[in-house]
Amino acid sequence: MEWEVVIGLEIHAQLATKSKIFSGASTAYGADANTQACAVDLGLPGVLPVFNEDALRMAVKFGLAIDAEIGLKSVFDRKNYFYPDSPKGYQTTQLHHPIVGMGHIEIELDNGETKRINVTRAHLEEDAGKSVHEGFDGMSGIDLNRAGTPLIEIVSEPEMRTAKEAAAYFKKMHSIVTYLGICDGDLSQGSMRCDCNVSLRPKGQEEFGTRTEIKNVNSFRNVERAINAEIERQMDILEDGGKILQETRLYDADKNETRAMRSKEVENDYRYFPCPDLLPVIIDQDYVDAVAATLPELPNAKRTRFESEHGLSATDAGVLAANRELADFFETAAKAASDYKLAANWVQGDVSAALNRLEISIGELSITAEQLGRILQLIKDSTLNNGGAKEVFNALIDGKGDDVDGLVDSLGLKQVSDTGTIEEIVAKVLADNPKLVEGYLATPVEKRGKAMGPFIGLTRKAAAGVNPQVVMEVLKKKLEELG
Amino acid sequence: MALEQDQVRKIASLARLQLDENQIADYQTNLSNILDLVDQLSAVDTSGIEPMAHPLDAVQRLRADVVTEENQREHFQKIAPAVDQGHYLVPRVVE
Amino acid sequence: MHNKTIAEISRDLASGEYSSTELTTDLLNRVKQLDGDINSFITVTDEQALAQAKAADERRAAGNADAWTGVPIAHKDIFCTNGVLTTCGSKMLSNFEAPYDATVVSKFNDAGAVSLGKLNMDEFAMGSSNESSFFGPVANPWDKERVPGGSSGGSAAAVAARLVPGATATDTGGSIRQPAALCGVTGLKPTYGRISRWGMIAYASSLDQAGTITRTAEDAALMMNVMAGFDPKDSTSVDREVPDYTSSLDNSIEGMTIGLPKEYFRDDLSADMQQQVRNAIAEYEKMGAKVKEISLPNTHLAIPAYYVIAPSECSANLSRMDGVRFGYRCEDPKDVEDLYCRSRGEGFGNEVKRRIMIGSYALSAGFYDAYYKKAQQVRRLIRNDFTNAFNDVDVIMGPVTPTPAFKRGEKTSDPVEMYLEDIFTIALNLAGLPGMSVPCGQVNNLPVGLQLIGNFFDEGRLLNAAHKFQQATDWHLKTPADI
Repeated sequence: MEWEVVIGLEIHAQLATKSKIFSGASTAYGADANTQACAVDLGLPGVLPVFNEDALRMAVKFGLAIDAEIGLKSVFDRKNYFYPDSPKGYQTTQLHHPIVGMGHIEIELDNGETKRINVTRAHLEEDAGKSVHEGFDGMSGIDLNRAGTPLIEIVSEPEMRTAKEAAAYFKKMHSIVTYLGICDGDLSQGSMRCDCNVSLRPKGQEEFGTRTEIKNVNSFRNVERAINAEIERQMDILEDGGKILQETRLYDADKNETRAMRSKEVENDYRYFPCPDLLPVIIDQDYVDAVAATLPELPNAKRTRFESEHGLSATDAGVLAANRELADFFETAAKAASDYKLAANWVQGDVSAALNRLEISIGELSITAEQLGRILQLIKDSTLNNGGAKEVFNALIDGKGDDVDGLVDSLGLKQVSDTGTIEEIVAKVLADNPKLVEGYLATPVEKRGKAMGPFIGLTRKAAAGVNPQVVMEVLKKKLEELG
Repeated sequence: MALEQDQVRKIASLARLQLDENQIADYQTNLSNILDLVDQLSAVDTSGIEPMAHPLDAVQRLRADVVTEENQREHFQKIAPAVDQGHYLVPRVVE
Repeated sequence: MHNKTIAEISRDLASGEYSSTELTTDLLNRVKQLDGDINSFITVTDEQALAQAKAADERRAAGNADAWTGVPIAHKDIFCTNGVLTTCGSKMLSNFEAPYDATVVSKFNDAGAVSLGKLNMDEFAMGSSNESSFFGPVANPWDKERVPGGSSGGSAAAVAARLVPGATATDTGGSIRQPAALCGVTGLKPTYGRISRWGMIAYASSLDQAGTITRTAEDAALMMNVMAGFDPKDSTSVDREVPDYTSSLDNSIEGMTIGLPKEYFRDDLSADMQQQVRNAIAEYEKMGAKVKEISLPNTHLAIPAYYVIAPSECSANLSRMDGVRFGYRCEDPKDVEDLYCRSRGEGFGNEVKRRIMIGSYALSAGFYDAYYKKAQQVRRLIRNDFTNAFNDVDVIMGPVTPTPAFKRGEKTSDPVEMYLEDIFTIALNLAGLPGMSVPCGQVNNLPVGLQLIGNFFDEGRLLNAAHKFQQATDWHLKTPADI
C-alpha cells in the first residue's frame, strides 16, 4: 500500500528574557544546581507569580513575524500533573486564550518551490526543571534552575509530509526566533526543543491515522532522522496489519530508533483551569503596533532583497539570509567593498570555514565585517592578490593585529603592479632559466599558454606580491619577443 | 450524585493521595454527599452568563524584566527532606 | 494589662504606663497559664517576642516610637514567618520553618509590633470548627466543650481569652467572621485584593483574603492601617490608595441605609438568633439609620458554588506539597509515585483530602463545564445580587452564623452539615466584598455576631458602623467567665 506521512511539530522556544516568566530569578544557562531557583520557582507555600513584560512583548513579536492573530486577551491556565521537575504540581500555560493565534510561515523545498505551513497557535508557558539520573547513588537529583524560564510553544498544523519538510520547518522557525532576538536558538543548551507528531494514512484517505509523539528532539538533523525512523517503524507495523499505539516516544540517536517512554503516563487528565493567581493579560492595538514597529527584516524578505538588490543567486541569498548575524556581517562587508558577489563568496567561503573550524558564532569572530570589507576593497584595487588577502584574513582571525592596512605592510603583502619592476624581475627569471626558455620556444604556439605556467611560478617566487595579472602580460610580451 | 468506590480510588490516584482501603467507604459516602450539595447548581439557568474567575474584573499587571533574586540555595535547602550536591533527591525517575 | 485594646496599649506605651517588655512578659505568662486548655497557639515565640519588645522599648527611649511600636499581636499559622514554624495546621507542614516572611508579617515587623507566636487553625484553612487541625482542636473560651469556629479558630479564641489584643486571620468562606462571632470578638474580612496574599499559604486563591480579629472595630482599623495596600509581589492585590481607617470611625451614621436580605432571616435562623440580630438593627435605627428589606435571590447557591470553586483551586494549590522540597515526606518511598501518594496520604488530614478529591473530580475531563464553569457563572450571579443591592443601600446586615458555638464533635460526622455553617458568610468571598462580624448579643450565654457587609473597598464605612455600634453597646466588652 502507498502511505502518506502526516507530521505536525510542537516547538518549545525559550524566550531570551533576563529573568523568569513569573519571578525575578535569572535565566542564565549553566549555573550550579538550584542557585537560580527562587522561592517562586521552587513552589514554596505562599508564593505568587507576577508576569514578565518582556516575555509578553517577545511572544507578540513572534506572532507578528508569522503574520498571526494576536490575542488581545490571553489567559494563563494551570495544567495539573505530578512530576519531580514540576515543583508546583502544575504548569502555568495558556490553553483557551493563547497570546498568538493562527499564523503561517513558508519553507523552501528541495525543488526550489516554497510551501506554506500553518501555525495553529503559540502560547506562553513556564519551562520545567531538570532531573539528573547519574551521580546520586540510585536516586535522581532535581535541579530547578530552568523551572520558570519563559517558553513559547509553537504548534503547527499537521501539514508536513516528509521528515525533510519537518526539518526545514524547524530550521525556519529557528531562523525566525533568532532573527527576532527573542530566543538565542542554542539547540545544544535546549533553548529550542521539538516534539514531533507522526502518523501514517493510506494515500487518499482523509482521516488521520493514529499518531505518536516523539518528545524533545533537539537538533535539525535529529528531527529528520527521528521522524524517518518513526515512519519506518510505523510502516512496518501497518504493513504487517498491526495497529499504532498512541503514545509518547523518545528518539535514541545512537541506535537511530524511537522507543516508548517507560514512565507510564497514568491517566493523562490535566484538569486545566484558569490560574487564580494571575489575571487576564489585556493588550490593545496600540501595544501591538508599537511592537510591530520594532520588527526587524525577516529571513524571507531579506532573501528576496539580496536577490533583487544585490544580484545574488537564490542559493547564496538563502544561505546568507538564514542567519541574521551572518546576513548583517555580509551586508556590512559588501557595502564597504562595494561588491556584493565578492563578499558573498568570502562570507560563504573563508568566513564560514573559519566559523566551523573554530566552532564559534559570527559575533565571537575576531575579524569585523568592516575589516573584511577593507580586505575586499584592497583586492579590488589590486593592492592585494588573493593569497595575500587570505593571509591578512587569517592574521586577523588569529588575533595578530587589527589594522588591515598595517598588516598588509608588515607582512609585505602589497602587490607589485608596477610594469617596469615586473619587467626587470621577468627578465632576470628568463635569463636564469635558459633551458626552460628553450623548451618553451620548442612548444607549438597553440600549447604555449600552458607552458607559460613555470615562468609565472618562478616570477612569483622571485618576488612575492607581484600582481599575477601584470606578470602574465609581461611574460607574454617578453616570450613573444624571444620568438 | 453517588460515586462508585472505584471512582473514589481513581480520583485519589489522580490527586496522588494514598487512602486506607478501610476508609474508601467513608470517602465514598462523604464525597457523594458533597456532590449532591453541589449538584444544586445544575438546576440554574446560566446561559449567556460569563464565568467569573476573579472577584474584581482586574487585569494582569506586568513586571519589568529585571533579575531581583539572589542565590539562596543553602537557605532554601535547609528545610528540604533530602538534598545532595545542591540537588533535591527523589527516588530514581524513569523516563 | 491583658484586658487592654490595641488602641489603649498604644496610648499606654506612649505615656509610659508600662513597657512593651512588661506587657509582652505578662501576655506570654498568660499564654502559659491559660492556653493549655484553649490550644489557640501552635508555636509561641517567647524569645523572639521578648527581643522585639526590648528593641521596641529601646526605640521608644530613643524617641523613635510610633503607634505600633511594641504592640503585641499574633499571626494565624497560615502566614509564613522567616525561620519560624509555619504549619497551616497540618502534619504536612509540621516541620516547615518558612524561609521568608509573608508581606503581612513584614508589615507588622516594620511597624514595630511584637509577635507572640503562631495561632492554631483548621488544616489549610479548611473547616468551620478548628477541629481539623493536626495540632488538636481549639476550645471556645466561652465554653471549652464548644468549638471556637474556624478556620481562624486560634485567632478568635486567643483574642477572646485575652491572650493577645489582636491577631491576623484569613477568610476564604467565613473563616474570620464565623469564629469571631462564635468567640464574641470583632472580625474584619476586607475586599479581595486589599491585603497582599504573598506568603499567605493559599487555600483557594480567588477567595482567600487576610483580615483581622480584635476586640474592637477601632483596633481593626489600626491593624488595617498596617496591613492594607498594594504589593507588587501579588498580581491580585489592588493598587489603590489606602485611607487612614481610624479617621472615619466617628462619622455619623445618621441617614445610612441598611439592607436586610430577606434570605438571611428565614426559618433556618432560630428565633433566639433572629432576636439578637434584630435588636442590633434596632440600635442602628436609634442612631438614625434607615432599614430596608432587600433580596439576594441566589443566596442558596453560594455554598454549592463555593464547594466547586474552592476545592478546585485547592486541588492545584496543594499539589506542591509533595515531599520533595519542604514539608513532610513519607519513610522509604520505593519510587516517585509512592513518594507522592504516601507523603500526601499521610501528610494531609481527611477534610483536606476530601476537598482535594472533590476539586480533582470537578476539574477532570468531561466534568469541567458542568461543575467549574457552571460554578463560575453562578458566582457572577451572586456578585450581581450584591451589586444590585448596593444601588439602594449603604451596608447590608444580617446574622453571621445560624447558631451560636456548637459542641466539639457535633458536626464532624457529615462534612456537609459543617459546610452549612457558612451559609451567611460564604457569598461575600465569591463576590469579593468586605464584611465584618461584631458581637451583638448572647444566646444561652454564648456570643452572637452581627454581620456587616460593605460595597467594594468600603472597609472604612464598615469600621465606622461597627465602631458606632460598639460606642452604643457593650457586647464587645463581655469576657468569658473564667478568663
